[in-house]
Amino acid sequence: MKTYSAIKTTLICLAISVSANGAMASENKLNIYNWSDYIAPDTIANFDALTGIETTYDVFDSNEVLEGKLLGGQTGYDLVVPTASFMEMQIQAGVFMPLDKSKLKNYANLDPEIMQLLAKHDPGNKYAIPYLWGTTGIAYNIDKIKQRMPDAPLDSWDMIFKPEVIAKFADCGVAIIDAPSENFEIAQNYLGLDPHSGAEADMDAAIDLWKSIRPYVRYFHSSQQVDDLATGEICLAIGWSGDMFQALNDAADAGNGVKIDYYIPKEGSTIWFDVFGIPNDAKNIDAAHKFLDYTMDAKIAAANSNEIWYANAIPSSMPMILDEIKNNVSVYPTEKIKANLFIDKPGDAATARARNKAWARLKAGS
Amino acid sequence: MKKPLSNKINWFKGVLLGVPSLWLAVFLFLPLMLILKMSFAEAILAQPPFTALLNWGEGLLPELNISFFSYALLIEDNYYIGALLQSLTLATIATSCTLLIALPMVLAMIKMPNKWQNIFLILVILPFWTSFLIRVYSWKILLRNDGFINQILLYFGLINDPLPMLYSQFAVLIGIVYSYLPFMILPLFAGLKKLDYALVEAAEDLGAKPLTIFFRVILPLIYPSIIAGIILVFIPATGEFVIPDLLGGSDSLLIGKLIWIEFFNNRDWPTASAIALILLILFALPLLILNKFTRKSQKWQDLV
Repeated sequence: MKTYSAIKTTLICLAISVSANGAMASENKLNIYNWSDYIAPDTIANFDALTGIETTYDVFDSNEVLEGKLLGGQTGYDLVVPTASFMEMQIQAGVFMPLDKSKLKNYANLDPEIMQLLAKHDPGNKYAIPYLWGTTGIAYNIDKIKQRMPDAPLDSWDMIFKPEVIAKFADCGVAIIDAPSENFEIAQNYLGLDPHSGAEADMDAAIDLWKSIRPYVRYFHSSQQVDDLATGEICLAIGWSGDMFQALNDAADAGNGVKIDYYIPKEGSTIWFDVFGIPNDAKNIDAAHKFLDYTMDAKIAAANSNEIWYANAIPSSMPMILDEIKNNVSVYPTEKIKANLFIDKPGDAATARARNKAWARLKAGS
Repeated sequence: MKKPLSNKINWFKGVLLGVPSLWLAVFLFLPLMLILKMSFAEAILAQPPFTALLNWGEGLLPELNISFFSYALLIEDNYYIGALLQSLTLATIATSCTLLIALPMVLAMIKMPNKWQNIFLILVILPFWTSFLIRVYSWKILLRNDGFINQILLYFGLINDPLPMLYSQFAVLIGIVYSYLPFMILPLFAGLKKLDYALVEAAEDLGAKPLTIFFRVILPLIYPSIIAGIILVFIPATGEFVIPDLLGGSDSLLIGKLIWIEFFNNRDWPTASAIALILLILFALPLLILNKFTRKSQKWQDLV
């Protein structure tokens, strides 16, 4: 009797939620799930006014959160914005539907060079439309670094990977991004090895390099360094370009005398792409394509880049981008630096597990 | 006349038992079974990212698909066991600290007039009115190098350079003790409030010293409340993820973080489930034992 009523209640609840889902799938709606602070404030409103579509815009703050939802399925979103290295695995898991390029008249606006790099994540460019891209590099507190080492190698990974250099900054706080695969790639590349190699010897070499500088690292985290750089709690950090610019701007706004700068090390680093994809259970597929087409418009792409200081993938937007952004080699790197950039390849499950385990142990200092 | 009444009572009893049973079935038993099922699957790149337990093939009966990969992984080396031990150590220290802080606070509250007791009880509960996340975050502001505590210490010349307190085990300990203190105070207060003060007075009359009274009269009587407090603090402290993530450094590898790594970095929901399940079993066993103890002491109380 009890079990029966339990089943009945569950069924009723299910029925209610299914019908609620059905009601949401009316036309002229669009549900977007994007990173927080990652779009010009009027983009959505302008799109809605232009097309008559009613857009619901939600935000997340980590790839992991997004992926947890996507792998569970039934997110209710029509467009999501993972980083391409994450999307690579999600495509293999069957999360996304192929794009209908006949509905994307602005598709030709995309930078062929970026599409080629992106194809390493999304073979044949079937699922992903690049939104914005950036790099992984080094941010530092100008005064504190100069004060401790006037001739600091501020164009190189030596800042981090030379124990005698990083030791000078241990007292003012060093933070490293908590992204195992990227940290292996960066170290292997610095050592002259293939960044994407999953060979045991190469991974051991990378871990030994990290171990040699582990004592000088205050913490490993993927978002804390933004705040801590801006307030002066730490003075040196590996981080994603956009986050580091945010720290730079936050410090300037706070007027606390903290001055931050960011550079892409000359030895090479990772380049990443945040891309749009349509989940396979999306309900408003037409509207999603309309929005994708809208973001590939040069004017819209320029507006987004000008607002949040990230490079976009639409070359024809360049003339409309503010000088201080397009001339900033940390946002739009020179051809020479660009040649040394490589993508973040997550690797197969066994490699990923080995990397994550070795990285967790390194962090704990065991 | 007699029969309908008992029927009514039976009906009422049924509702009284049925509602919580249904609740437990849907929100405890069912999810638990899902986790159990998932822990015997294998991680794959799919949606959902693990293999199905039952394979409905050609035959009449489905093929059973059980993998012990996740459990084998857990005992393969000291990676997971080490993290568990670290978490248990931290939780033990944190629980001891909360108990040592809460006991004198509650003893003082009990001695106060009723009006003041109520005010202090409200003060204990008051922090719950703001989000837990914000309260932990504010510790960051207090503990950082240019934070309030360092500035005071520097001002009074107690230290010459700021003490690096944030991102350490010490900060995590403060965070846990602070966050879980009310969960220790409330059961202790309830226990002491019920305590028959005449027993304490009798002990005093017979010439017992305060410490003797505390250890031989008060402690045995409020024993169940202390155990309740310990359970309420120790269990969430062991699996705590948010506080170490916000306040902790990188020198500790705790079990909560390992579950996170399995789930998000390794995309291995089965292993994450297996860890969670083992944690649950590890907690359930001592809990059952403790429960027996409390019952015994209660029986003993009834006899007295």
